[in-house]
Amino acid sequence: MAVGQSTARREAAKPARLRRMLPNPIPLVLGLVWFVIAFYPVYYMFITSLRTQAGFLSGSLWLPPSNPTIENYLGVIQNGIGLYFLNSAFVTVISVVLIVAVSLLAAYAIARIRSRVVQLTFRMFLLGLAIPLQAAIIPIYVLIVRIGLYDTLYGLIPPQVAFGIPLTVLILVNFIRDIPNELYDSMVLDGSGHFRILWNLVFPLSRPALITVVIYNALQVWNNFLFPLILTQSSNVQTLPLALQQFQGQYGVNVPGLMAAVFLSVLPIIVLYVVARRQLLGGLTAGFGK
Amino acid sequence: MSRRLSWSISLMLLPAVAFFVVFALGPMIAAVYISLLDWNGISTPHWVGFGNWAKAFTDSVTLHSIFLTVQVMVLSWIVQTPISLLLGVFLAGRQRYRALLGVFYFLPLLFSAVAIGLIWASSMLSANGALNSFLQAIGASSLTNDWLGNPNIALYAVIAVIAWQFIPFHTLLYQAGTRQIPQVLYEAARIDGAGTLQQFFYITLPQLKYTVVTSTILILTGSLTYFDVIYVMTGGGPGYATRTLPLQMYITAFQDAQIGYGSAIAVILAVVGVLLSLIMIRLTGFGRMESQAEGL
Repeated sequence: MAVGQSTARREAAKPARLRRMLPNPIPLVLGLVWFVIAFYPVYYMFITSLRTQAGFLSGSLWLPPSNPTIENYLGVIQNGIGLYFLNSAFVTVISVVLIVAVSLLAAYAIARIRSRVVQLTFRMFLLGLAIPLQAAIIPIYVLIVRIGLYDTLYGLIPPQVAFGIPLTVLILVNFIRDIPNELYDSMVLDGSGHFRILWNLVFPLSRPALITVVIYNALQVWNNFLFPLILTQSSNVQTLPLALQQFQGQYGVNVPGLMAAVFLSVLPIIVLYVVARRQLLGGLTAGFGK
Repeated sequence: MSRRLSWSISLMLLPAVAFFVVFALGPMIAAVYISLLDWNGISTPHWVGFGNWAKAFTDSVTLHSIFLTVQVMVLSWIVQTPISLLLGVFLAGRQRYRALLGVFYFLPLLFSAVAIGLIWASSMLSANGALNSFLQAIGASSLTNDWLGNPNIALYAVIAVIAWQFIPFHTLLYQAGTRQIPQVLYEAARIDGAGTLQQFFYITLPQLKYTVVTSTILILTGSLTYFDVIYVMTGGGPGYATRTLPLQMYITAFQDAQIGYGSAIAVILAVVGVLLSLIMIRLTGFGRMESQAEGL
């Protein structure tokens, strides 16, 4: 009886499994259409970067060149893209460390203390979520000029930090509030002060939220265009996005060279995407995936 | 939970507050003050009261850029919302081929706005770019166009590129939202004999209500500030064809050196942005929005 039953079940399961293996054609076709739309420009950028400048116009729309060349990459590297890489990395690392450090301190205070001043501070940060960067850029420019940081890499950091704080604080506060009270109580009983609790309890437990905010802010800073555009002038302090935009003018019709530069600029993020896709996508929608 | 504001707590708040007040909130307030000045950034400023504001609402270039910005907002919503919603529902399915396609769908998210602008402007939409070559290859030469150089088309080309840039982000939101929908709802519907389309319209769509609201407001507030892609692709041109409000602000303040007038435009941007964000908080509430984050 039991054997007969399981055979019958297996028979019934067969068409269902077959149906699961053969996807529904309508979503499949639409899904493939979007695949072409989303992926083709990226693909075309890459195959163009492997073309010679002379062969660019006659190249195939779909196939990589039969004799791919890396001369465009060598040209871009000789043109000093390495410096812009370092500039971007410098601003990104310092900004992200500062954003996360000051936001973690503030988030701890906001999550743990109910005093009115603290909660008003939180309200103020939330208000900051609504301030578009564009709206404050003119006074920021005036301020950075006045304090003598115009046209330096250091001048890019404070505004990046200021605009990274609100969302970072919000995410960390939500996370720290979820840490069970008993854990805090036991540390308080042990006589630990706020800084010790933050370092020994909150910091290790907040790792998932910290990864999210590090990724989110790193991408924001790495890809930011408006601050470097307005706060710098000399080519030796350009970050990657601004340098790319300037390449456009310099390279003019050398589209393969330009595409090589674009590819190099996004390479670190593609590598990150390959090794940690889930965390990267989580970081991208940080705070909005809500 | 303590209610006391101790020294150590103040010390913890101080660095974040200092950065935020000096480099974000302060400048925002200063923008309101500067908007009341006639100033080129160098010489002595003159107080003009609401002169710049009056100008913003009478100057034909600024009025035109407000009109363009509203167009970008509305069209971006119309283009991005249905596509993102369908793609999100599509990717929420657990089929392996969908997960594989998703890896490619999200690629545009990795690129800076500048990189996206350059890819589209110089290799896809240029006169000898891929789109025109494709149209010629399929025998539709009459449809080829100077996509970014034709003032009647440039705005739509820009909106399309912005959609390409942001649809993956909204797809992620809808994917997460769809995965939050309890499976029992679908099981019950199937027992009642509901087909795939009925399940979509009677379960998926209503259950995604808050995601739609969140995504909508992000598109609307985002449209106010789209700058990078437009600046890189067209610089606001040809003529004034793509000079939206953020570009008008930038050009006025930093190219024409009208810092006061540019600030008035910046404050208009901020006020509209804050109003839209307040509507977002009003309609969704942070608490309810949080519960939708877990499907990621």
